[in-house]
Amino acid sequence: MAYVLECIGIKKYFGDVHAVDDITLRLKTGIISTILGPNGAGKTTLINLITGWLTPDAGKIIFDGTDITHLTPHDRVKRGICRSFQLVNLFDEMTVLDNICIAILTRKKLTKSLLRPLKHYKDVETEAYDLLKKLGLEKYASELAINLPQGSRKLLDVGLALALHPKLLLLDEPTSGVATSDKTQVMDTISSLVRDAKVTALMVEHDVELAFSYSTELIIMSQGKIIAQGPPEIVRKVEEVIRLGYG
Amino acid sequence: MVIELRTRLTKLFPLIILLAILFLFPLFAPSYQIFLLSYALLLALTALGYNLLFGKAGLLSFGHAAYFGLGAYVPGFLTTYTSIRSLEIWLILSIAVSAIIGALIGYVCVKYTRIHFALLTLAFSMMFYSLLFKFYDITRGDDGLYVAIADILGTSFKMSKDAYIAGPLYYATVVIFLILVGVGWIIYNSPFGKTLEAIGNNSARVEFLGVPVKRYKWYAFIISSIYGGIAGCLFGILSGHVSPTALHWVFSGEIVFMCVLGGTRLFIGPIVGALLFTYIKTYTITFTIYWQLLFGSILVILVLLFPKGVLGGALTLLRRSRGEKVGLRT
Repeated sequence: MAYVLECIGIKKYFGDVHAVDDITLRLKTGIISTILGPNGAGKTTLINLITGWLTPDAGKIIFDGTDITHLTPHDRVKRGICRSFQLVNLFDEMTVLDNICIAILTRKKLTKSLLRPLKHYKDVETEAYDLLKKLGLEKYASELAINLPQGSRKLLDVGLALALHPKLLLLDEPTSGVATSDKTQVMDTISSLVRDAKVTALMVEHDVELAFSYSTELIIMSQGKIIAQGPPEIVRKVEEVIRLGYG
Repeated sequence: MVIELRTRLTKLFPLIILLAILFLFPLFAPSYQIFLLSYALLLALTALGYNLLFGKAGLLSFGHAAYFGLGAYVPGFLTTYTSIRSLEIWLILSIAVSAIIGALIGYVCVKYTRIHFALLTLAFSMMFYSLLFKFYDITRGDDGLYVAIADILGTSFKMSKDAYIAGPLYYATVVIFLILVGVGWIIYNSPFGKTLEAIGNNSARVEFLGVPVKRYKWYAFIISSIYGGIAGCLFGILSGHVSPTALHWVFSGEIVFMCVLGGTRLFIGPIVGALLFTYIKTYTITFTIYWQLLFGSILVILVLLFPKGVLGGALTLLRRSRGEKVGLRT
């Protein structure tokens, strides 16, 4: 089995708090995995370690066969690790279209070009519109990102990451803050985009039902450790998982 | 086709009028007004370049006078120590000096953000101020250096300083101003400009898109220094004299103010801000000995009425009147 990401014995301590405590995790290519766990289980710390926002105190992170433990976040993005954020993280005072354009320009290595206006790059704009259509956000193209409803902002956040054509997409609570009635629709859009793009996705989710219904594999974390990993139907029968209330 | 051309012309009409006024100005204006407009255009260039750093990338530098001042000292030194009198060579050397010094200082400063960045830039600029102030034997200290009349495109001008300012120098200034505004407009709207805007909006997210943020801030720092250097060089020639006050932090503060006054989120904001600033300052000085009080009050009122700058405020009012949604920073 090919693994896109391998975390081997990684640790991250904040003083006495063992946020990530000797975790070994291997992610199979092309599936959606979800990390479930109570608050403070170390889920977001794990995502921050994988994206390079934090450096582990011990252990190795291997992506696509290369050791990336000490690479900066933007070097990891170049290799194909992209993320969306728990608290929506957009360019609020730029238009929705420009938000996506920035991501596409980055991928196409055009961000340094300074002697030609952006509107002359028709292919960038067309691609951005296509992605906005898939996200169902094309009607907001010329709105400032800050004026969008929360669900749409979440989708735009994921869109920014997808526009980079990642190999591994990390989704930190893609439905947090979204009205309960809209959660399924947001997840449907995200999961179909992820499957179409054949991206490996690692998601952090609080909503147990969503996690079980949209993931191929579940990873249950508690107190900085992984206590179970596997397909949902197997994981939900593990004794410790039942004790956490996820069974 | 004809209709399309006509709408284009209608759109361009105000621009054509402005250009005509700029080019015909010396024909009807007294020489002092020509001097004042030249000075305002140079400040506008400085503010425009500075706003790439401040308005776009969100970096508040308090030491931008350094590049303007160093640019102005280039013709000062060349007049005093060499026989080179060519405007083109002076400009090229001003560009080189401001770019190199900007690159060195910028390299250190962009590692920091917010107040740390502001204070570092301030410290560096005052360091250059002190050097020019103290090394009297070379720089003539507070007395400053004389700047000669420069040859333009190989032509020497045997005329009075007033006639030189109102003629050749004015047109050279206008042409360079227009070229740099054009280049600035392209940079502002280029992928690079958009990326800087994104950095100003949310630099952490830009890092997560795979852009080395600090390097881009550094590029912006260098470009804005070059704008300052070019404007400074022409200012040296215009005033015929350069002293360390051109590098003083008070002038750095004024550059920031011009941008805020005009509106940092709009391309022409700094230009409008610099023009307003120059004329308000000049006329309050002639009006009363308490000009600083009057000048300060006018600026405070303008900023209170238009927190997004005069242009930003006007645009917001226009959008509101049309019932459009308005963002936080226009």
